Amino acid sequence: MALPKEKIFEVVGSVYENFGIYEHRNQLSIIIPPDRLQEVCLTLKDNPETSFDMLIDITAIDWLKGENRFETVYFLYSNKYKSRLRIKVPLSGDYPTCPSVTNIWESANWYERETYDMYGIKFEGHPNLRRFYMPEDYADPETGEPIYPLRKDFPLMGIPDSLPLPPYPEKYSEN
Amino acid sequence: MGLDKVIEKQGFITTSIEAILKWAQKNSVWPMPLGISCCGIEMMAFASSRFDVARFGSEVFRMTPRQSDLLLVAGTVTYKMAWVVRKIYDQMPDPKWVVSMGVCASTGGMFRSYSVVQGIDKFLPVDAYISGCPPRPEAVIKALMTIQEKIKKQHKPDIFNFGKDISKTPKQENIDIF
Repeated sequence: MALPKEKIFEVVGSVYENFGIYEHRNQLSIIIPPDRLQEVCLTLKDNPETSFDMLIDITAIDWLKGENRFETVYFLYSNKYKSRLRIKVPLSGDYPTCPSVTNIWESANWYERETYDMYGIKFEGHPNLRRFYMPEDYADPETGEPIYPLRKDFPLMGIPDSLPLPPYPEKYSEN
Repeated sequence: MGLDKVIEKQGFITTSIEAILKWAQKNSVWPMPLGISCCGIEMMAFASSRFDVARFGSEVFRMTPRQSDLLLVAGTVTYKMAWVVRKIYDQMPDPKWVVSMGVCASTGGMFRSYSVVQGIDKFLPVDAYISGCPPRPEAVIKALMTIQEKIKKQHKPDIFNFGKDISKTPKQENIDIF
């Protein structure tokens, strides 16, 4: 890692001190509550000592159990120092909300839409939060509740009749 | 076949119109390439010089469904794509045949998931299935030969209705993707 850890801790610590650290195979993740995400991201991007100017991806994890069921994950890259960082944001509740970072990185727009489509996490302040892959009215035909396919409680083969198929051609229907 | 020698000797041959139409159709099956995932690469190999599908009269890959006879569904068909496949199928003039190429199109294959159609025979009449992930070009040639055999044995050419019967695409009610 080209950027020393201490420097990242120093920059993040200047905004929010009680951040968590998780390190695995020399890859650093920092854990931040959702209400401080905007400030920390803005500092990491604008401070010339870190300069994380590129947002690679946003995704989420569904842990199914525990106090914080969902966790959004942000993958950052610094073009100046050729260095990577991961930010994790634990969220509570079954239909959580998380602040949007579209005002900091433009590329977050589609990533957040995708995460919303797959997990049902609402990003506050997103300019166009609609479904990304699935049809916009993708819902359980029986209960009418919206379906989020990458959640852990989603059945593998999906909910029957939630996605329509074209009918069989009439001419050949007797075969 | 030695047809030239027969003509040289006698000057003419006798046959029925149906037989000669079938013979012509069998040897000019023009495929509509619908390469919607990695099977498309094998489909290109099937068309190009090493395997040379021109030997079977199918070298003309028509890039429009309106000029083709055989729909080669090569790849994973998702629920979103199913409507597009059906639209292309409907635009093809009769008579038409469908080949389901590879396990993804035939059964869903390794994509046992909510978004992939588990076999295109749920919404299309399929004439030949090809196994393999992706299948070898020889397997595609075998499927083409199966279609030719089917034309020879089962098909009844309708002389007066070529290309007239184009069915209409059903309207998609629940989702609007176009």
